[in-house]
Amino acid sequence: MADLNETSAGAGLLPLSIGRFTVEERLPGALTSLTAFDADAMGAALKKAHGIAWPAPNRSNGKAQTRCIWFGHREVLLIGPAPEPSLGKHGAVVDVTDGWAVVQLQGAGAEEVLARLVPVNLSAAMFKRGHSARTLLGHMNAAITRLGPDAFEILVFRSMATTLVHDLKRAMESVTARG
Amino acid sequence: MRIAGKGLVDRAQPVTFTFDGVPVKGFAGDTVASALLARGQVLMGRSFKYHRPRGPLTAGSEEPNALITVGKGAAQVPNVRATQQEIYDGLVARSQNAWPSLNFDVMAVNDLAAPFLGAGFYYKTFMWPRAFWEWVYEPVIRKAAGLGALSGKSNTQTYDKAFAFCDVLVVGAGPAGLMAAWVAAQSGVEVILADEDALPGGRLMAETEAVGHQAGHVWAAALAEKLRAMENVRIMPRTTVTGAYDGNVYGALERLDAQAPSGAPVECFWRITARQCVLAAGALERPIAFQNNDRPGIMLAGALRAYLNRWGVCPGKHVTIFGNNDDAHRTARDLAAAGVHIAALIDSREGVTFDGADFPVYAGAQVCNASGRTALESITVRTADGEDAIQTDCLAISGGWNPTVHLTCHMNGRPTWNADLQTFVPTPGAVPDLIPAGACNGVFSTKGCLEDGLRAGKEAVKALGKRAAAVEVPQADDAAYALDPLWAVAGKGRAWLDFQNDVTVKDVKQAAVENFQSVEHMKRYTTQGMATDQGKSSNMAALAILADATGRAIPETGTTTYRPPFVPVSIAAMGAGGQGEGFAPQRFMTSHRQSVAMGAPMIEAGLWYRPSYFPKPGESTWRQSCDREIGYVRQAVGICDVSTLGKIDIQGPDAAQLLDFVYTNMFSTLKLGRVRYGLMLREDGHVMDDGTCARLGDQHYLMTTTTAAAGQVMRHLEFVCQVLHPDWQVAFTSVTEHWAQYAVAGPKARDLLNDVLDPPIDNDSWPFMSCGETRVAGVTGRLFRISFSGEQGYEIAVPARYGASLFDLLVKKAEALGGGAYGMEALNVLRIEKGFITHAEIHGRVTAFDIGMGRMVSARKDCIGKTMAARPGLVEETREQLVGLKPVAGGTLTAGAHLYDAGADATRVNNQGYVTSVGYSPALGCDIGLGFVKGGPARMGEVIRLVDGLRKVETAVEICAPVFVDPEGERLRG
Repeated sequence: MADLNETSAGAGLLPLSIGRFTVEERLPGALTSLTAFDADAMGAALKKAHGIAWPAPNRSNGKAQTRCIWFGHREVLLIGPAPEPSLGKHGAVVDVTDGWAVVQLQGAGAEEVLARLVPVNLSAAMFKRGHSARTLLGHMNAAITRLGPDAFEILVFRSMATTLVHDLKRAMESVTARG
Repeated sequence: MRIAGKGLVDRAQPVTFTFDGVPVKGFAGDTVASALLARGQVLMGRSFKYHRPRGPLTAGSEEPNALITVGKGAAQVPNVRATQQEIYDGLVARSQNAWPSLNFDVMAVNDLAAPFLGAGFYYKTFMWPRAFWEWVYEPVIRKAAGLGALSGKSNTQTYDKAFAFCDVLVVGAGPAGLMAAWVAAQSGVEVILADEDALPGGRLMAETEAVGHQAGHVWAAALAEKLRAMENVRIMPRTTVTGAYDGNVYGALERLDAQAPSGAPVECFWRITARQCVLAAGALERPIAFQNNDRPGIMLAGALRAYLNRWGVCPGKHVTIFGNNDDAHRTARDLAAAGVHIAALIDSREGVTFDGADFPVYAGAQVCNASGRTALESITVRTADGEDAIQTDCLAISGGWNPTVHLTCHMNGRPTWNADLQTFVPTPGAVPDLIPAGACNGVFSTKGCLEDGLRAGKEAVKALGKRAAAVEVPQADDAAYALDPLWAVAGKGRAWLDFQNDVTVKDVKQAAVENFQSVEHMKRYTTQGMATDQGKSSNMAALAILADATGRAIPETGTTTYRPPFVPVSIAAMGAGGQGEGFAPQRFMTSHRQSVAMGAPMIEAGLWYRPSYFPKPGESTWRQSCDREIGYVRQAVGICDVSTLGKIDIQGPDAAQLLDFVYTNMFSTLKLGRVRYGLMLREDGHVMDDGTCARLGDQHYLMTTTTAAAGQVMRHLEFVCQVLHPDWQVAFTSVTEHWAQYAVAGPKARDLLNDVLDPPIDNDSWPFMSCGETRVAGVTGRLFRISFSGEQGYEIAVPARYGASLFDLLVKKAEALGGGAYGMEALNVLRIEKGFITHAEIHGRVTAFDIGMGRMVSARKDCIGKTMAARPGLVEETREQLVGLKPVAGGTLTAGAHLYDAGADATRVNNQGYVTSVGYSPALGCDIGLGFVKGGPARMGEVIRLVDGLRKVETAVEICAPVFVDPEGERLRG
């Protein structure tokens, strides 16, 4: 019997480089939606199982290989490891790894690119490293997290990866052309 | 002509552009208007209605007359203000609304017909015959009157839009704005300083006075440079703040420097969110109306000073000045100092003098007429002793100043009348967190503006909860501003108020006579203030004249509504990024590339793209492909990507309770490993969506929705759980995108699956409406025994990364069994043959009763919509209800057609229902349809008329049961 091949969300679309900006696909491991019936109890279980505190709204926690970003009302997204089964006692643990296109936008002044597309303030002063926002990118629902001084992680629905690249490309070209 | 030693243009940098095809030389820093004036050209445009020759009235964005078209080909931009357009090498500018040329315009014949073209002319003249308006009058009028034209081609230039955020937005970089920005910046808050000019300074650029012991423009440039160097300051030149909106959001249009690198956007529309705003937008000078006051060469005194002091240009050799305030005298002083010949100074105020005048000074006099057609030649001055003619080629007028209160009124606030200044000033608090300052706040001296700007900046900083830094106000002039109001000089003839829309004093008075006495009615009757300049130079005078004509005071008369945008904004800027693929996100399934490679035309389903059909060689119509694909499913096996259907993972102790509450039928009884069809109602009792729900675990369900309603259902669940039952322990997560899901349908479906599944399945282990986990080609997936085609059907799901690969595999296996991929057209016919509904049927106005599913509303429990669906009007037997339709003796059926009793006229009152879905059924060999008919289920076998008035179709159809194929459902269970 034939085995199935994997195709990533950004296959054939990325990487993309314009001026000082680059966009690359990230494959950070498993993406698991954790929705708590009781956020305190699930937070404690998360801490015990993966060593990460339950992130406050618009924040993310964790280190490179195991991170957690706030994802909505009672919901966080665990990024990296497969979830410990113990988490399931306190809420829903749902694999959404393939549901999202995950990209990294990099380059000095990357917030200027996102300022063309995102209606929230992503300036370094307001949106610091680790800050995370569920917001819009163009017309798309997105989750945006600052990874560093010039780096953002962007999640949109997998099916919209083409539009994500289209919109980022346009904004990167515009900012680059301004010089 | 240029005046030696005057102006701030860079005379070392010559710039050449063309105007009406003629090369024009200017200098870096010139506008089109200043460069044309420098070569002695005052005539720059033709008026809207009468095609009267016009020259610039102002030196800024408020210009009503000097409108030009810039650029060529697809990139041409009409109605650009020559007074604002900076020149650059290669700029192509043209005059507009004139034929054959600006100097000789045939349409100026309109001017001779003026007595017949006054206010209300259209309304009175073109009333009948009624059809003539659309087909005769309007096209003729549009041709004769107008402004510049668009190219009609698609412009490939880039436009941009962007968001910005700050603590304090300062609108205007004049003395007040600079001081406000300076104190805010020094206090450590984030500042944006926006000004529509290329250079900071505001009025300081146009005047000769000193600030802090240096020239005003030098002080402004130095302060702006210090601000630019600060981390917490963003200076936005060439940026007009166009509107104040809710949530402290301001719209702003940035015109990019023409010298910007190629590929850069032409304009950027900003949405700036500011916690505080200091509005230092300055003031606009107003003219005085008198007969022929629109002759080219007549301009505002402040504009003349701007041309003289900033651009080193004087528009005339013998200049006269007419005013009702001290600014007229300031103009005389500047002209005298520059060595320009002043022919006369006319001041409407009695007893005023001018020290050291070497020219005639008329006090208590008024200019009552002007002559010269394409250029001013003389004016007539009326004094107590009679009338004098004065030879002059340029007249500077000042009727006083109006604060630029516009933004303070954008949230429907009205300005406050100030009798001392004889103008309207901002009403405090009219826009939350907006602080007016300087001339915009009715403070007209430079010293006053600096102080008021500092005051406003400090207020903004304090409002942010910070301490304002200590900042000193530089020394500056504190000239008094004294005026006697004068709006219009009495006399015959046409005295122009609204230059751009050709509205005169007489028109406003006529409006009052005809009882259009409200200022809003007068505006619409005369069109005063309705041109692209929104009446910036005419509103005040028009309402003063209306007040006079109706015997009311000015504040009692009131103003019209100020609406954004403050200056015209290109739709291209507001909609930047929205062309072509930027219009809406495109959602592609994992099989998208293969479908396109197979030649399938992709159709939009919401944001998704789905294959319509998969053409094979030799097929020339879509019907051939569709019929073939239906055959796959009915005779062999077909593969269809159904990943677009919404999938919602639902878990928790109260999951079953939630399902019972949102579905009409019972789900708490659903066994593990089983699937049930469910119907959802809106709160008003109408059907919202349908779909299946699978029980995957003890407290674990997977709900599917239609493609169209996926978002709506998710929102509905949020509403139920957050608002109606926050006590429930239940979680739901969209997993639509995580799974690639394929329908495998047809008598050979199981044979195909057993080639890829591990372990294989049979009818007993996976009966109809069962579900569970499986392994497919080495990958863990989910298998559902459900059917939307009426055949033995399965849906198999794998994580999306394997979607493309699984589609390839399934299609290959299907083809080997005599089947293959099928698209939306075949899927649609297959489901119509079975009477399965889609949103064509559940379109938002039907109930469960209407679609024959009334009994699916469980009597044993409550559900959303149950009570409302039981209202008497929603369960009457005479309601339009779902039926099947088939032709009696062949013929075409069309979706959207209406149904009438045989023998009844096809008119609205006889309507018996309508057709929702139609397809050609290979099984029946004819078109079949679904539709709604009044009392339908009781009328089986009745023959009625199907009439499609749009497509001219008439077919006799029989009302039948909506299930055409295998009504017992044996095939899907086999």
